[in-house]
Amino acid sequence: MIYWSIFLAFFIPGILGYGGGPASIPLVEKEVVDRYGWMSTQEFGEVLALGNALPGPIATKMAGYIGYMEGGVLGSIVALFASIAPSLLLMLILMATLMKYKNSMQVKNITKLIRPVIAVLLGAMTLQFFLTSTETSGSIQTIVLIAVSYWLLEIRKLHPAFVIILALCYGAFTTFI
Amino acid sequence: MVSEGKTRGKGSGVSGLKTNADIFAAFFRIGILGFGGGPSSIPLFHREAVKKYKWMTDDEFGDTLALGNTMPGPIATKMAGYIGYRVNGITGSLVALLASVVPTVLLMILLLGMLQQFKDLEWVNNMSAAVVPVVGVMLAVMTWDFLKKSGESLGWKRAVVLTIVFAILLEVLHIHPAVLIIGILVIVLLPFKKRGGTT
Repeated sequence: MIYWSIFLAFFIPGILGYGGGPASIPLVEKEVVDRYGWMSTQEFGEVLALGNALPGPIATKMAGYIGYMEGGVLGSIVALFASIAPSLLLMLILMATLMKYKNSMQVKNITKLIRPVIAVLLGAMTLQFFLTSTETSGSIQTIVLIAVSYWLLEIRKLHPAFVIILALCYGAFTTFI
Repeated sequence: MVSEGKTRGKGSGVSGLKTNADIFAAFFRIGILGFGGGPSSIPLFHREAVKKYKWMTDDEFGDTLALGNTMPGPIATKMAGYIGYRVNGITGSLVALLASVVPTVLLMILLLGMLQQFKDLEWVNNMSAAVVPVVGVMLAVMTWDFLKKSGESLGWKRAVVLTIVFAILLEVLHIHPAVLIIGILVIVLLPFKKRGGTT
């Protein structure tokens, strides 16, 4: 059943993503692209790009949209519920107990040790996006786009929304030359 | 207005409505003004919950954030759900979640829906192709952020060794990330339970 698949696809990243929504992006990609095949890497890239250009938490924007694409309004609600409810309920229920262990080394170690895992997953995704781009746009255009967007984002500190709008305009422009 | 905001617990009648309106306004602002995902909107949470509405003290906010960070899942919804719950019970929690999630999800569906409609046009296709490397750069920056934080908290030597080991496990041996993360949880929490048992 589609709603059960949607629930699982967002429940797993929600419950395993230590480090907030951005940490769950590669986990969502794993489910949505690799496991269920709901979209290609490029389509996932579009969703992520727009998600990054818009305000608000990234995990729920992705869940809400992908859930809607696969299962309409109910799919969207299921996806949002799966990514929000489990971790929130855990937090509300365990609040008193957790307060005691807030400073415990073991609990802190979890986040510390999972960070490199997320870094590896994000790194692999980065590579995948660069490869996809080389295939569709060619290596020269890809390198130019990487260099220019890095310069704009990290050195000029331009807002991601503007950089994405610029890239969209550039893409449309190349059609007519 | 500020003194009313101080009253915690279940609001009733008119003041309950006012409390819910305050909660909605606070989390709507956070959702619609916070670019870069949940973690980068933490200062906005602080401004609304501590400075503006005085729902919690600085220390309480710090504790909530620390606790939220030890749990999996998106940080923005954990904060919104918890703060909303503290201010006005389950209703407050739901109002806070709706306000922070729904407006931006609707925007996403609207804008991407428009893009999908013109998908077959060549120039629209080229537009989305040009965005792919930009997303790659954003992901590369995020990768570096996570690596840097690992280096700072674990020490660079340990962080690099762990990263290489995890990279081999995930990308060469193709172990599912869920298995690896659960494995780490078990290894970290096992001695913890033993110690708890002896006391």
